[in-house]
Amino acid sequence: MTVFVLAGNPNVGKTALFNLLTGTRQQVGNWSGVTVEKRFGVMKYNQSVHVVDLPGVYSLSPFSAEEKVATRYLINEKIDTLINIVDASNLERNLYFTIQLLEFGKPIVMSLNMMDVAKSRGIKIDILKMRERLGIPIIPMMVRKSEGIGEFLKTLDMPIKSLNFKINYNQKIEDAIGKIENLITSLPQSKQHNSRWVALQLLEGNTEVRELFKKEDILSKVDSIIKELGFYLELSVAQTIREERFRWIGELLQEVVTFDYVKEKTWTERIDAVLTHKWLGIPLFLLFMFLTFQMTFTWVGTPLQDILDDWISGPFSETTARILTSIGADQWLIQLIVDGIIAGVGGVLVFVPQIFVLFLIISFLEDSGYMARAAFIMDKAMSKIGLNGKAFIPLFVGFGCNVPAIMSARTIEQPKERLITILLSPFMSCTARLPVYALFISIFFVKYQSLVIFSLYLLGIIVAIILGLTFKELFKKEEDSIFIIELPPYRIPIVKSLLLSTWDKGKKFLKKAGTVIFGMSVVLWFLANFSWSGMVEMDESLLADLGKLIAPVFAPLGFGTWQAGVSLISGFVAKEIIISSLSIVYGAGGDSIAHLTTIIQSVFNPVSAYAFMVFVLLYTPCMATLVVMKKEIGSWKWPLFSLMYSFSIAWIFSFVVYQIGSLFI
Amino acid sequence: MTLSQCHIGDKVRVKSLRMSENKSKRLMDMGLIPGTTLEILRVAPFGDPVAIKLRGFQISFRKSEAKNIIVEAI
Ligand SMILES: Nc1nc2c(ncn2[C@@H]2O[C@H](COP(=O)(O)OP(=O)(O)O)[C@@H](O)[C@H]2O)c(=O)[nH]1
Repeated sequence: MTVFVLAGNPNVGKTALFNLLTGTRQQVGNWSGVTVEKRFGVMKYNQSVHVVDLPGVYSLSPFSAEEKVATRYLINEKIDTLINIVDASNLERNLYFTIQLLEFGKPIVMSLNMMDVAKSRGIKIDILKMRERLGIPIIPMMVRKSEGIGEFLKTLDMPIKSLNFKINYNQKIEDAIGKIENLITSLPQSKQHNSRWVALQLLEGNTEVRELFKKEDILSKVDSIIKELGFYLELSVAQTIREERFRWIGELLQEVVTFDYVKEKTWTERIDAVLTHKWLGIPLFLLFMFLTFQMTFTWVGTPLQDILDDWISGPFSETTARILTSIGADQWLIQLIVDGIIAGVGGVLVFVPQIFVLFLIISFLEDSGYMARAAFIMDKAMSKIGLNGKAFIPLFVGFGCNVPAIMSARTIEQPKERLITILLSPFMSCTARLPVYALFISIFFVKYQSLVIFSLYLLGIIVAIILGLTFKELFKKEEDSIFIIELPPYRIPIVKSLLLSTWDKGKKFLKKAGTVIFGMSVVLWFLANFSWSGMVEMDESLLADLGKLIAPVFAPLGFGTWQAGVSLISGFVAKEIIISSLSIVYGAGGDSIAHLTTIIQSVFNPVSAYAFMVFVLLYTPCMATLVVMKKEIGSWKWPLFSLMYSFSIAWIFSFVVYQIGSLFI
Repeated sequence: MTLSQCHIGDKVRVKSLRMSENKSKRLMDMGLIPGTTLEILRVAPFGDPVAIKLRGFQISFRKSEAKNIIVEAI
């Protein structure tokens, strides 16, 4: 199997090229987040070729967790050919990364993308000369319009030779490179990697490359070489190497680039003048947030949801029941399928339209370039709670689902800020919690629908702010905060990319509905209808016994019934299951939705219903969220901490709501 | 003069970066090295961070960083 690896700066069209090469047959390691995961796929044109899409980075010296993914891949994994995708309208910075890849020494093909943008800016590139100078195939492309892909594929088909690219740094640096190469020649690591590249990366302080040698005792020798070199140089070693690379690039560009004309103001600057305007910036930002939620919940998501709901609880359930009866299925099996599975899974499936609409909007904001502006606008405010502007993106994604939210926190360089962002994400009310709100609102708060939903989302944000302030005090930061972000040009997103990334994020919900929720519905149904002695009334079932055990915990909050207890416990698996289990434990027997409504009306009152929603909003993150927290942070300590404090916070807030609210009722 | 003392619309040349190696490496990897020409585009609505144009693209960082970037007028 051959492996092609896509590498390049962020926002250069890497995802678009990846989609073009792999079609829709791609996989993302676990959750996709905001292209922070390692994605891979099979080449559309040649089944035996795998394509890996690395996160976009500016340099091989990693800084954030996301950049480490890319560097580690290059160091440790199989690579046959590197595909370096380069933004032709931004050659200088892009080539800086290219140089590091060239020095790495693996075969490279360059996809010189965004030729249209370059042209519109009057940039003309002598591609033949550039090929000659860099010694690699370079294919001008417009990935967006699929132009150049033919030639690109042809080039990939031909054997591509390893190269021997070399920049001559100043003599002092060359001497140091030589010394380090000597140090490492006998070590196995230098068999795997180009030793000149290793030497250079050590000189400029690449932490991941240092990591390779942590078991040997050469690092102290390397450090003294760097120190000695430092005496001879005017700037620091890391600075000098970078400067020489940029000087080399400058000379190259002198030869290969000519300007037809120079454009004073780009479109992006004009749009920014409005969107990040001193007075208009914030109102516009708030307007976009408002529109996002309005579209998700009111204009598009909910109408679609209603249609789906009517269909599932009406014709679909009835038809299924009729078919099952006609083929002579046992009554209990019909109940299991209709009241257990269809009620359980269907109750969740109806929210799929909203989830997809929200993810579509998030993908649009990302691909268009606005997300970076949101981070720019929000940075100052976020810094007040110990975060930085980049945390806005994960927290916003959290309204969709906390799992990709936590993963997208990888772009945050500073470990403490990243940790706080991860811990706060679960308080952003994810779409899985919506079914619960929707049910209770439809029963108790029909008139105040928007107000109640809004108050819950706001409460989540307020709790996050209070906790952010607390964490900020608790772990006083030694490392100082970092906020450095590119504001990429505005671009009209590619429809296919948008749909693919929406699908990527949303399909997990479908999968969850088909697996975990399906399974839980079956289990819950059995537990709710059986005891050790066989099928019984639900009140005597195993589930009731379990529920009665924990119900007292929730009694002070106004929902001390075994049914509520059970639904909250099962909601730990996935919050959507709260509604599935409520439908199962309350909905048994007949026309489920109407039945459920009547029962809930008799066991809850508006105050306890609101307390219940508050509890669902704030309590323990779902299992998937805790697992991804563990994966991202690397220990169970914080997820367990999160589990406990969220539960306590939820209990306290619910308690206060119920006790105070009850005074007025 | 430091970058933080400049005004919107100013074009200046970087002389040196006076900050932790971590931060300066990040800025340099994005092309902000001594000798680079910068243009100050905007300040965020809340007064921080700033948006800078260099080598044909835009980056943003905080005023606390701008204070440590020494520049000269061109
Ligand atoms: N004008 C133009 N835009 C492109 C081209 N290729 C990609 N884009 C746009 O560039 C943006 C970033 O592309 P994406 O694939 O998400 O970049 P990535 O961040 O490198 O993965 C998207 O909005 C694309 O529509 C191109 O050849 N020309």
